[in-house]
Amino acid sequence: MAEMTYSQAINEALAEEMVRDEKVYILGEDVGAFGGCFGVTTGLFEKFGGGRVIDSPISETAIMGSAVGAAVAGLRPVPEIMFIDFLGVCLDELVNQAAKMRFMFGGKAKVPLTLRTACGAGVGAAAQHSQSLEAWICHVPGLKVVMPSTAADAKGLLKSAIRDDNPVVFIEHKALYGAMGEVPEGEYTIPLGKADIKRAGKDVTILAYSMMLHKALAAAETLAQEGIEAEVIDPRTLVPFDKETLYKSIEKTGRLVIVHEAVKQGGFGGEIAAMVAEECFDFLDAPIKRVAAPFAPIPFASNLEAEYIPDEAKIIAAVKSFF
Amino acid sequence: MALNKEQMLDLYRRMRTIREFEETVAKFFSQGQIPGFVHLYIGEEAVATGVCANLEKQDYIASTHRGHGHGIARGASLNKMMAEIFGKIDGECKGKGGSMHIADVELGFLGANGIVGAGLPLATGAAFAAKYMKTNGVAVCFFGDGASNRGTFHESLNMASIQKLPVIFVNENNMYGISMCQERHQNISDIADRAASYGIPGMVVDGNDIMAVYEAAEEAVKRARAGGGPVLIECKTYRHHGHFEGDACIYRSDEEVNAWKAKDPLPRFANRLQEMKMATETEINQIDTEVKKVIADAVEFAQNSPVPTLDELTKDVYCD
Repeated sequence: MAEMTYSQAINEALAEEMVRDEKVYILGEDVGAFGGCFGVTTGLFEKFGGGRVIDSPISETAIMGSAVGAAVAGLRPVPEIMFIDFLGVCLDELVNQAAKMRFMFGGKAKVPLTLRTACGAGVGAAAQHSQSLEAWICHVPGLKVVMPSTAADAKGLLKSAIRDDNPVVFIEHKALYGAMGEVPEGEYTIPLGKADIKRAGKDVTILAYSMMLHKALAAAETLAQEGIEAEVIDPRTLVPFDKETLYKSIEKTGRLVIVHEAVKQGGFGGEIAAMVAEECFDFLDAPIKRVAAPFAPIPFASNLEAEYIPDEAKIIAAVKSFF
Repeated sequence: MALNKEQMLDLYRRMRTIREFEETVAKFFSQGQIPGFVHLYIGEEAVATGVCANLEKQDYIASTHRGHGHGIARGASLNKMMAEIFGKIDGECKGKGGSMHIADVELGFLGANGIVGAGLPLATGAAFAAKYMKTNGVAVCFFGDGASNRGTFHESLNMASIQKLPVIFVNENNMYGISMCQERHQNISDIADRAASYGIPGMVVDGNDIMAVYEAAEEAVKRARAGGGPVLIECKTYRHHGHFEGDACIYRSDEEVNAWKAKDPLPRFANRLQEMKMATETEINQIDTEVKKVIADAVEFAQNSPVPTLDELTKDVYCD
């Protein structure tokens, strides 16, 4: 096992996949010699050159759209949209082109691209640079959606995403880039669509992803001291979603709390809750709870932002309401 | 480059095929046999034909919602295209795409597109792939005057110019974006003038003169293949029919339509061929007859093809 940051793990995944397959290339703003706005692509320009690590003008529409065209023409692009908040600039290219080409063309095309982007609040970046917009993309047939919470997961999942022949949206959390984690040495991948039980327990299931996974684990530690054993499940991939792992857990615990940093209303947690209510109702001993952000844009003032982001205390309160 | 008789007659045949295909689609659409919407290329045949005649196997084209002509010019199967428009399983896309999403990627046809202006970044990307993989290929993007106002135009031409990509941007200026005539939707007359903003060559061509289109495209393709970067070719042309079949065309006058019909690329080229003694009236008529048969066969193919089975609904959403 090696210790490295989430950012370094992503960097390693990119480097390894670019060595493995010469069709893989990176395109984004400031990804080249600058190493990326968050430093994630540091060193890749020096290693692979400007022909494979390409700096783009500020043109999300062309970044995304050219990646789709290149993918259909045989390459495996890894375009970067710096902040997920910028997705609006290239939504057509993602939703109407990348996601639908295979189906519209009767299976005669594939779009093997991996869109990397960064979500998340907590760094004072305010309303237009802090969102978690996975719900938008989870609603689009044809896309896969991955949101890793740890360095090890990020590396293994990104390698799988790049090898996947479908368009995958890989959502990193900007406040996790510096988070250290243990990463297996040597070659490994993590399959998409497989959840991970990050903590076993019997009293309540907490499903959480990305940054919230860490808050959920912290909450579970505190709850354990009060005799409540929480099982924390990290879905890792939102689409396709691993229902089996979640349902097995609910069968055991009878209680579910869903935690995401995204706004509660219209959030992906609602989809999970509806799914569980439809298919897993008999195992529920209590209504499903969601812990998520309020229905407001992310504020700038530090105290407001701190209140906005779901935290350990809110998760604990939700769990305790069952008992 | 001088074309020989066979090549010249082939250009005529292609245009004639597009014309016959589109008029046939119009007929069956009016009879209610075709679902949805169709946007016909009648009148613009010289643009697709003249450009695509310069392309090779490894090249790509990105098309528009008015894409039947582009597909035919690129060599897509008439049977499969007709069946797709009819929504049948033997269509190019198993009936799941329809008129606006007909594609044959293997043939270098990146598809018609329901989003105006969407083809510009796609073609830019295909050109990037050609350069990256050293295929010696080029990409062509067909797009209209309406599309030239989209952000995709700006971003694609800018990116293609700075990356020096082998992409030829072919603007089909038929003077209308649905009901908005050009002088109401942009402050300029020649879209080719916009090329200067990206530091690339731009030229205006008579889009109803097949030889003019062919020659402009030939030069642009040669330049792109040699690493000279992108070019913008504006083809002035006109659509005889409305934006879509059923469009009452209240936004344009009969005088204007008739003036453009007098410049119809087909009889214009047929007359030219005869004047140049490259073809006789008999040979032209013979081509017309052969084309009619081929299109009739395509209709029969389409009508005989079954509709897709219901399980196709959830197939091809993902690669396994």
